[in-house]
Amino acid sequence: MTALTAKVADSAPSPGASHPRRRGAELTLLAGAVLVSVLGHLYAGVATSGRIPEQSARYAAGLAVAALLAHLAVRLFAPYADPLVLPIAVLLNGLGLVLIRRLDLTTPGHAAADAQLLWSGLGVVLFVLVLVVLRDHRVLQRYAYLSVVAALTLMLVPVFFPAVNGAHIWVRFAGLSFQPGEFAKILLAVFFATYLAANRTALALTGRRIRRLRLRLLPGRVLGPILAIWLLSVGVLVLERDLGTSLLFFGLFVIMLFTATGRIGWIAVGLLLAGLGAYAVGTFEPHVHSRVEDWLNPFASIERGQGPGQLAQSLFAFGAGGLLGAGLGHGRSFLIGFAAKSDFILATAGEELGLAGVTAILALYALLVARGFRAGLALRDPFGRLLATGLASIVALQVFVIAGGVTGLIPLTGMAMPFLAQGGSSVVTNWIIVALLVRLSDSARRPGAGPEPDPWARTRTRSTRTRGTRTRTDIRPPEPEATA
Amino acid sequence: MIRYIRWCAYFCVLLLAALQVNLVRIQVWEAAALDANPANKRGAVERYARPRGDILVDGRPVTGSRDSRQLLRYERTYRDGPLYAPVTGFSSQTYGTSFLERAEDDVLAGTAPALAAFPLWHDLARSRPAGGRAVTTVRAGVQSAAYAGLAGKRGAVAALEPATGRILALVSSPSYDPGELSGTGSAVEDAWARLNADPDRPMLNRALRETYPPGSTFKIVTAAAALDAGVVTDVDAPTRTPDPYLLPGTRTPLPNASTGCEDASMAEAVQWSCNTVMARIGVRVGLRGMVEAAERFGFNDSGLRVPAWVSRSNFDTDMSPDQLALSAIGQFNTTATPLQMAMVAAAVANGGEIARPRLVERTTRRDGTQVKGGVRGSLGRAMNPATALRLQELMVKVVDEGTGRNAAVPGAVVGGKTGTAQHGVGNAGIPYAWFIGWARAEDAPVPAVAVAVVVEDAAARRGDISGNGAAAPIARAVMQAALSADRYPAP
Repeated sequence: MTALTAKVADSAPSPGASHPRRRGAELTLLAGAVLVSVLGHLYAGVATSGRIPEQSARYAAGLAVAALLAHLAVRLFAPYADPLVLPIAVLLNGLGLVLIRRLDLTTPGHAAADAQLLWSGLGVVLFVLVLVVLRDHRVLQRYAYLSVVAALTLMLVPVFFPAVNGAHIWVRFAGLSFQPGEFAKILLAVFFATYLAANRTALALTGRRIRRLRLRLLPGRVLGPILAIWLLSVGVLVLERDLGTSLLFFGLFVIMLFTATGRIGWIAVGLLLAGLGAYAVGTFEPHVHSRVEDWLNPFASIERGQGPGQLAQSLFAFGAGGLLGAGLGHGRSFLIGFAAKSDFILATAGEELGLAGVTAILALYALLVARGFRAGLALRDPFGRLLATGLASIVALQVFVIAGGVTGLIPLTGMAMPFLAQGGSSVVTNWIIVALLVRLSDSARRPGAGPEPDPWARTRTRSTRTRGTRTRTDIRPPEPEATA
Repeated sequence: MIRYIRWCAYFCVLLLAALQVNLVRIQVWEAAALDANPANKRGAVERYARPRGDILVDGRPVTGSRDSRQLLRYERTYRDGPLYAPVTGFSSQTYGTSFLERAEDDVLAGTAPALAAFPLWHDLARSRPAGGRAVTTVRAGVQSAAYAGLAGKRGAVAALEPATGRILALVSSPSYDPGELSGTGSAVEDAWARLNADPDRPMLNRALRETYPPGSTFKIVTAAAALDAGVVTDVDAPTRTPDPYLLPGTRTPLPNASTGCEDASMAEAVQWSCNTVMARIGVRVGLRGMVEAAERFGFNDSGLRVPAWVSRSNFDTDMSPDQLALSAIGQFNTTATPLQMAMVAAAVANGGEIARPRLVERTTRRDGTQVKGGVRGSLGRAMNPATALRLQELMVKVVDEGTGRNAAVPGAVVGGKTGTAQHGVGNAGIPYAWFIGWARAEDAPVPAVAVAVVVEDAAARRGDISGNGAAAPIARAVMQAALSADRYPAP
């Protein structure tokens, strides 16, 4: 995790290495990701049934073909893209499939891995489509208002469908079910980025100043629409009782607003409001209240003689894993029962791969987030920067909300672990996010782009200090000081 | 904007770092507590995921495992459950384990480190060795004979091989089928409730865990104490004991159940079970000498394991002379387990030394290779060899021409002592019938078996007769079975 800060900070170019494409490195990493996933698949199969599972060849071929397709698309349509992003996505998705397939063995009759493989394939197809169709990310700014309308519509649709497990977030159609809210987060990120990029000067520099509080109020004319849309989206989510996504949207909004305006005071106000809101909802809304109670005392149901609740089972799973884990196929995380493959997938990783495995998974997420921020730093247009920041934050927030939930760090709210968890809409959405990050990083590293408009004084001083040890790819074009 | 993006990145790092710290907390710091939480079923699931190792009698398993196809997969089954219940105990998914199932649990469940031929390999492969086996010292023939003898009665039998301490039989009656308790669910809970509520207490292992007043069988201990202390030097010399004998310091007369005890010698007193003579001898040995002798035989020891623990047999260390007189004939608050009294007989049979009683011959892996062999241990010397020889003669006389004639086995030298213990307030209850003894085949150098039999509530009016009537025939059957089994030793 400290590596992340180092990498973000240490982004000065190495002399002479101008604009490497690094597609070969990406292909090698992809091969490694596919190999790790297939080996995991075989290990889990042998550990649980004593023989190599029948679908191994199909699984390996599917994963390899998907990875190759995605790689070709990157090579053809985004040749300068960051070579780490795609392999991380493939590895996480592959691991997710391994874990889901492994859990399928304990729930005969409720197989989910094949559907997940299909959704992952669809995700890769969409990844390719995004790269083919979207040649320049700035085009997205044209569709900002269309995005926001679409996002709100998507979020409203499930209200008209029956609730599943207490939440109106599902649309069931022709035997398939998906969560439209998942797609909405990309659309909202696009809208926020567009709007904030266009109005950031007004947001940052105008507005009445309250001297005593050392605060500057945001100008209502500019802030109004964005606040309204945000309130609307959060309101809809509260109605649907999808609190994880509400939390995600709120965090996304605050982060993007801060990135655009740099006003720390508003973050404080935002957090305060969120805290108050969370307290109110946690106290008065029974569904959420029970979650908060579970979080405060995960073992309360045991003391009442009702057996361990889901969170307690999840904690047991993590505890059983210990440092090195029980080994794929040797855990008992099926004891979690309901949602073991979706919300609680990380508990299976924790039990069977141990702290070592979960740390590796978190490191993969951290790396993915870092590469997103890095693209944001290297991009030259405000929209791109804000979009990259927003997309990277979505991944980080999502990981935090659900991983924190299942490990008892924060109250549990339903949300999919990106790429790992069972859930078609989530996987597809994450593939689109990764496609956008690839596109953004390609734009950032593409040669011949204009000079960086923002001053970057701090990095220069650092680059001279760390020049000797640099071995990585660099995003930014060489700077005069570095070559001198 | 660059600066703010960095701050956001730092913020995200902070979030992920918080997750990491929390993971370390759960997976390392609190892992042991989470594993130990009673609501965490992992231990149980793991424990019952594979068949449990078997307990063997005469080379044949008396236990088995049944695939229940449930979360706790393998359940224990018992062949001849009631017969071997005092040996095996139960292994229940609901109520835990008892006796051998408990004492050898780590071997049977496969968790004993010694089971792994290559411990590092099991760590690396994350596999566990299969459950091992516990080979008992019990002989099926002896066990069955004792069980058949007690059929329909309440009581217990403990039989030992005096030279080695091997327990040949351990029977408690009435018994129960431990298989009823193996699984989970309401049937098991009902069985548990029913067995616990049963007034006959079928789950009580009377051979190891119930203590009875030993009555006249304790006279062997008193006699050994007198001979070792030099209080009696000639067993055939008259002891000048009045009949009845006034308990010292009181006006309470102690009567005899048999006649001809006035001024009898100690040999006659053992042969005819004279209370007066032996009580007086006990008083002459003194409290300290009696306590030391009793403790050499194993009384007042609460640490005996065979490897299931054995209840403490009691001989009080602080008594007035009249209480000592009663204690010397196995009354007052002297109590003993049947195993303890079998050890008394075994001590005499083995020349005064007590071999540590044990129930497990060896533990093996599933393939039969030995993990741990039973080692002959010693509990020390209970009496001098000369004393033991003298007592052997006295005990043989009991069977040949004394109170224990029902225990005689053709073709064997049998020594014994009957007993009828007082029971209830003011001796109002029906007495327990005891018999302790040992047997040696005529052509054998040493006795092959020592036995203690106790029958509760033997319908008897007169003291020692009931020991001969109710307990001695069972002892005879057990000794006969042991002598014939001895010619065809178990593998």
